[in-house]
Amino acid sequence: MFNLSLKEELEQRGISRRDFLGFCASMAAVLGLPETATPAIAAAIENEARPILVWLEFQDCAGNTESLLRATHPTVADLILDSISLNYHETIMAAAGSQAEDALAQTVRDNAGKYIALVEGSIPTGADGGYCTIGGRAALDIARAVCGGAAATIAVGTCAAFGGIPAAAPNPTGALSVADAVPGLKTLINMSACPANAENITALVVYYMTLKRWPPLDRLRRPLFAYGKTIHDNCERRAHFDAGQYVESWGDEAHRHGHCLYKMGCKGPAASQNCPTVRWNEGTNWPIGCGHPCIGCAEPNFWDTMTPFYGRLPNVVGFDVGRWIDPLGLGLTGLVAAATFIHGAVEVGRRRAKKRGTAEATESER
Amino acid sequence: MTHVVVDPVTRIEGHLRVEAEVDGGVVKEAWSSSTMFRGIELILRGRDPRDAWAFAQRICGVCTTVHAIASIRAVERAIGAVPPSNARLLRNIVMSAQNVQDHVIHFYQLHALDWVDIVNALHADPAKTATLAQSISDWPLSSAKYFSGVQNRMKAFVERGQLGPFANAYWGHPAYKLPPEANLMALAHYLEALDWHRRFIKIHAILGGKNPHLQSFLVGGMATPVDPDAQASLNMDTIAALTKLAADGKDFVSRVYIPDVLAIASYYKEWASLGAGVGNYMCYGDYPLDDGQNPELLIPGGIIYGRDLTKIDTVDETKVTEQVAHSWYDYADGDAAALNPFKGETQPHYTGPKPPYDRLNVAQKYSWVKSPRYDGKPMEVGPLARTLVAYALGRPRTKQAVDKVLSALSVGPEALFSTLGRVAARAIEAEMLVDSMNIWIEGLADNMARRDYRIQDNSKWDPGTWPSFCFGYGFHESPRGSLGHWVHIVNGAIANYQCVVPSTWNAGPRDADGQPGPYEASLVGTPVAKPDQPLEILRTLHSFDPCMACGVHVVDASKRELARVRVA
Repeated sequence: MFNLSLKEELEQRGISRRDFLGFCASMAAVLGLPETATPAIAAAIENEARPILVWLEFQDCAGNTESLLRATHPTVADLILDSISLNYHETIMAAAGSQAEDALAQTVRDNAGKYIALVEGSIPTGADGGYCTIGGRAALDIARAVCGGAAATIAVGTCAAFGGIPAAAPNPTGALSVADAVPGLKTLINMSACPANAENITALVVYYMTLKRWPPLDRLRRPLFAYGKTIHDNCERRAHFDAGQYVESWGDEAHRHGHCLYKMGCKGPAASQNCPTVRWNEGTNWPIGCGHPCIGCAEPNFWDTMTPFYGRLPNVVGFDVGRWIDPLGLGLTGLVAAATFIHGAVEVGRRRAKKRGTAEATESER
Repeated sequence: MTHVVVDPVTRIEGHLRVEAEVDGGVVKEAWSSSTMFRGIELILRGRDPRDAWAFAQRICGVCTTVHAIASIRAVERAIGAVPPSNARLLRNIVMSAQNVQDHVIHFYQLHALDWVDIVNALHADPAKTATLAQSISDWPLSSAKYFSGVQNRMKAFVERGQLGPFANAYWGHPAYKLPPEANLMALAHYLEALDWHRRFIKIHAILGGKNPHLQSFLVGGMATPVDPDAQASLNMDTIAALTKLAADGKDFVSRVYIPDVLAIASYYKEWASLGAGVGNYMCYGDYPLDDGQNPELLIPGGIIYGRDLTKIDTVDETKVTEQVAHSWYDYADGDAAALNPFKGETQPHYTGPKPPYDRLNVAQKYSWVKSPRYDGKPMEVGPLARTLVAYALGRPRTKQAVDKVLSALSVGPEALFSTLGRVAARAIEAEMLVDSMNIWIEGLADNMARRDYRIQDNSKWDPGTWPSFCFGYGFHESPRGSLGHWVHIVNGAIANYQCVVPSTWNAGPRDADGQPGPYEASLVGTPVAKPDQPLEILRTLHSFDPCMACGVHVVDASKRELARVRVA
């Protein structure tokens, strides 16, 4: 029973070769690789040594953990979890307390420079570390030690990638992204979105195991295979946008027939992610598909720059596929709040969003 | 006296720490501390109330619908929006799916490993396991060959030497009582539950676009259009899909989850007299069954004091208060104050030890969770509270289900006040809710037959229709218990926002009078065979299904803060 090959393991789990290759083909599709890459992916998964992963949770809601649990084809997702040695994950691990912390310490010590750290949640810097402690240690100390010793760090979800909701104005706890909290990490990949789509997390791991390198990233360190196009460019309702057919009120004829949600506040033109093509929960649906506007949840500071969520993005013109890919419509998003501003009643000074990425425009307008 | 620290408490959502004094193999005193704070309510101030649900939703990604629901209800009450019938039905389906999914995942993924020794399952006889499984249920995955496959899979996993998430646990602990065959059966169902929940949760993808963090909520209704003649709407295809998914959900709950709970409980009956806690129970009530102003509720509300099931008080929201005597916040009037959320205030002020630390100073403040009280008393909330209230009110469905469980385990109603009582109540509730989903799916179809496609009260969408000052609260019975959001709106923007959350009720620290919260009270008397492996402490804690990201929040409605709101 020692050292079962993957082939034997698959058989033991009742997963046919055909199912497995089907999974590999769908992974190729997510990664934007040709179908001919399927055998290479299969070979890589079968032959590769199992990478060791640790999953850290700081100022999080466990939404990315839950997303991971919903990953892809169920049985094969189980397999992928098993093909990885997931040595630490608070939400699912059996051990607790000091035994849990020992598992983390041991992994970091015995596999220095070899393991992959996944981080969920932002990292608070206020109250001398008192805003988040685990086992009595401050989140920042844990992040420095664990990410600092990792071969690569993956920031899963917008909180870890860009600070997310804890860092939204007025950022009461001094919350930071992994990039800002632990500067200088040599390999850091941001899998933003709220939460990150399980298909993309799985695809990233498969990419690494198959091609033996990490994928090319955009300037926000997000893999191009998942974030290289805007929602708007791939949206199934794009034709209605171009034809000027808009939903005007909830439940109207246009809404029921799937017309464009731009006037209801859709941020698709300023949001980069592959939701329209990969969709969610095994391809079942996605937010625009169920009639609600995109809120741009994979973008930095979207809680400040994309709100009010039902306010209209200004200056979006039609018939212009590709226009928003780079620079990701960032100048555009800063104007959302100004264009639909209703916050005038409230004290301005509290809004001290950290000046980073897209925040400047919004900031000055508030 | 041994001082036991469990930090992190794993297999929960969020960050929880427990310290306990153990003497003579029994917990004498316990302290519950939440060790993470974000301040989402502070972040909500000044924003569009129609956006609030999305912010509040991010309080928790496990119970990913519950804060959205409470938020839209609070804002609707404030501005006077009335969601139409279809929205009520869609919300009921979304809420019940959340509840059922959450309960199943809690039992198998978060709680089962406290009762089930998966390494011991390697010693099971697959044929005897099949006999056991077939004796408790007609679930088809029960052959000796099937259990042998599961066992081989686990054997290979263990022998590989990399236990991953199962490493360093308490396998072989003397408190594990199941025979190897029951352990193997439960292990198989642990794996099946993972597969099951991914399918079942497609109900949320259909109605909410995605899960976690569904994206179809609206103040005044739902964003999912309804029209049997449109492709981009909920139509007969989706009705059929929802019906099938609900039926599959029911199948697993009735044929796997319920029989497993009964089978496992029968080996741990001593836990029916452990872990009772404060003995007061609260339920706001939920699941409106009609569209009237005071609809009948599937889950009735009520208050039980001192385990007395003969008298049920009605809920009065003005009796809800929060205290900060042992929480890392300041009150203007000092730590003795108890403030209703509408008048509450919060100033986060960490006075705990500077990390890294070994021990909290429990004589002072020791948690990011506040201490909610109802009429000055600590209250347990959650499936057990709901079940007890419905049982005491004589609701036939609940009474029948509870009596069936009690008789199957040969115990009396007093057994409900316990660690095991929480486990059983959760299962009973899951079955009742998954059964009820059909009522609401059929309701949608009935509305479509009448050509009622309304999903939204559009008359209140424009903030110009709102009063310049208004406030409201929204209640919801979420998987972990009674949830309330309170909102003040001034000139179309949130002036302040507050949540009193199930895990705040249950996980809160001592109050100004020294009354412990439900976790703390329930741990007293818990046996601890090996203080360095506090398995028994986890059992009772997990029976509450802790959700700490939910539990920690900032209440901020102080006069001082309101005064800073300027009228433009």
